[in-house]
Amino acid sequence: MTGFIIKRLMQSVLLIFLVLTITFFLLHLAPGDPMAKYYNRQGISPETVKMMRAKFGLDRPITEQYIKWVANFARGDFGFSLHYDRRPVRDLVFEAIPNTLRLTVAALLLYIVIGISLGILSAVKKGTLFDKVNTVTALFLYSIPSFWLSLMLIFIFSLKLGILPSSHMQSIGMEGAGWFELLCDRARHLVLPAFVLGVASAAGMARYMRGSMLDVLREDYIRTARAKGLENKKIFLKHAFRNAAIPVVTIIGLSIPFLLGGAVVIEKIFSWPGMGRLAVDAIYARDYPVVLAVNFVVGVMVILGNLVADIGYALLDPRIKVTKKTE
Amino acid sequence: MLLRVNNLETIFRMDRGDVRAVDGINFNIKTGKTLGMVGESGCGKSVTALSIMRLVPDPPGKITAGSIEFDGRNILSLPEKEMRKVRGNEISIVFQEPLSSLNPVFTCGEQVREAIALHSHLGRKDSKAKAVEMLRKVRIPDPEIRYKNYPHQMSGGMRQRVMIAMALSCQPKLLIADEPTTALDVSVQAQIIELLRDLREELGMSVLLITHDLAVIAQMADTVVVMYAGKIVEKAPVERLFSEPSHPYTQGLLASMPGYSVSGKALPVIPGSVPDPAKLPPGCRFSDRCSKRIDRCFVEEPPLFDLGNSHFSRCWLYSKEES
Repeated sequence: MTGFIIKRLMQSVLLIFLVLTITFFLLHLAPGDPMAKYYNRQGISPETVKMMRAKFGLDRPITEQYIKWVANFARGDFGFSLHYDRRPVRDLVFEAIPNTLRLTVAALLLYIVIGISLGILSAVKKGTLFDKVNTVTALFLYSIPSFWLSLMLIFIFSLKLGILPSSHMQSIGMEGAGWFELLCDRARHLVLPAFVLGVASAAGMARYMRGSMLDVLREDYIRTARAKGLENKKIFLKHAFRNAAIPVVTIIGLSIPFLLGGAVVIEKIFSWPGMGRLAVDAIYARDYPVVLAVNFVVGVMVILGNLVADIGYALLDPRIKVTKKTE
Repeated sequence: MLLRVNNLETIFRMDRGDVRAVDGINFNIKTGKTLGMVGESGCGKSVTALSIMRLVPDPPGKITAGSIEFDGRNILSLPEKEMRKVRGNEISIVFQEPLSSLNPVFTCGEQVREAIALHSHLGRKDSKAKAVEMLRKVRIPDPEIRYKNYPHQMSGGMRQRVMIAMALSCQPKLLIADEPTTALDVSVQAQIIELLRDLREELGMSVLLITHDLAVIAQMADTVVVMYAGKIVEKAPVERLFSEPSHPYTQGLLASMPGYSVSGKALPVIPGSVPDPAKLPPGCRFSDRCSKRIDRCFVEEPPLFDLGNSHFSRCWLYSKEES
């Protein structure tokens, strides 16, 4: 298992390097540059802009910029933001990571718990009214664009009912509050964005889990479990679920990039100070170092997520052996 | 009498019409005795087994008539909760395909232990010790080590031993063995049969042995019923069945056994194949394949004629009016 993990991580290093290289050149191919906002501005002469470009090395040939960036990056130097008052990129990203994680992990939990439990219930009650309502609802939620759902939920819960905040991670003036008050306040802020981010995936998961469960319930070993005298609850939750969960774990691993990608839109709509919002703003400002750093972090998260899914897969299914030693 | 199956009828409701998989069959099994049930695939043997366990998948299957008296009570009228206490405890079953019948994600030992814990209310430690004991009883070498093996880490014969250990773990009064050796290598088949025979003596249980292999029947059964297209066509003590087979279908089956016919010649076969259960012929179900058929066979279905000496045959050849 350890050998497998090390091998995967080494492959990942190469993969991330390739992704970042492609991002680097794509960014420089895109029209505009970080200094564009200073052109034709009163009080800033073209000479000044030229001087600034020279200072940041933006006038150098792109290959030279690339080599310099690789050298710095390899040493862990992410450089300075060209947009946020020359702040170190490292600080910007490290401030945003926990916020994005809070949102995506909440969405992931919601998605797994709701998706799996509704999927199992639907499979167990196949063909009943519950199953049909579940199917239609899942299809509906799966099809709704998340930005529209976000706006509708803000409209209903923030504007009309006034029970949930419409944006940001916590209320203004909460700095001096006790930890419990702060926790409640932050939880309230988390509800809408996490729901929107998780619900579409949960709907997909429910459908997938239902299908997987129905497949497993047809297996011979389920008949054996019945022949032992086990009750349905134990057959479903022990014998069937463990098998039905195996393909589902892969789906969860594969869904992590989509959650992080979805977070970009959701963070922007809910003014959530995470990496998604940071990335969108940085792309608009052609803030190259920030975009590359965010891409790096997201890449690492996706790879780690998939690695965890693969490990979970091997743990759930004893037939899968990642080491070569046994058998 | 441990088991009395009276007029059992199990149908499957299919799109193309109802299929009577088991069509009014009767048989009894005495305590400590073994009833062999033979017939081709699709003749209703396995459905009979599942009906006794009340495990016929519903839908599409349903037991529509008859009674199954087990140890003095009709198990067809037991509430599901009571039936669960019978399954795996008083009546157990061993299926044909041991690999797919064992859950791939649990260890073999755990699957045996689960059955013990369920019916005995032993704690984890005691039920585990009992499970190891059962694995030893079915002659699995190094049972403590094998306990931790997953089904895919065992050979076919070992897996079937695990299935037998699971089935016998609560000392059932009746064991249903549904083609227990069909999926195994020939050399392993003999070992499994020997094991079943020894354990039957040791535990004093009754066995319903379902197979299409007459050699297995000869080795284990006291009484034999031959099934064809959902009906019993012949019922006899095992010696009589082999010495004086009465039904043309049974005679055909025996003739097609290697060692029963003249050596050096091609084995005789029964021409044709089992009729589509949704479109059965109006008279005797075997009529269009039978070498001894008479006109009456095509119009009227024969009853089970009593030939004496506990020998019954569903064939017009034995009708008093006819002879």
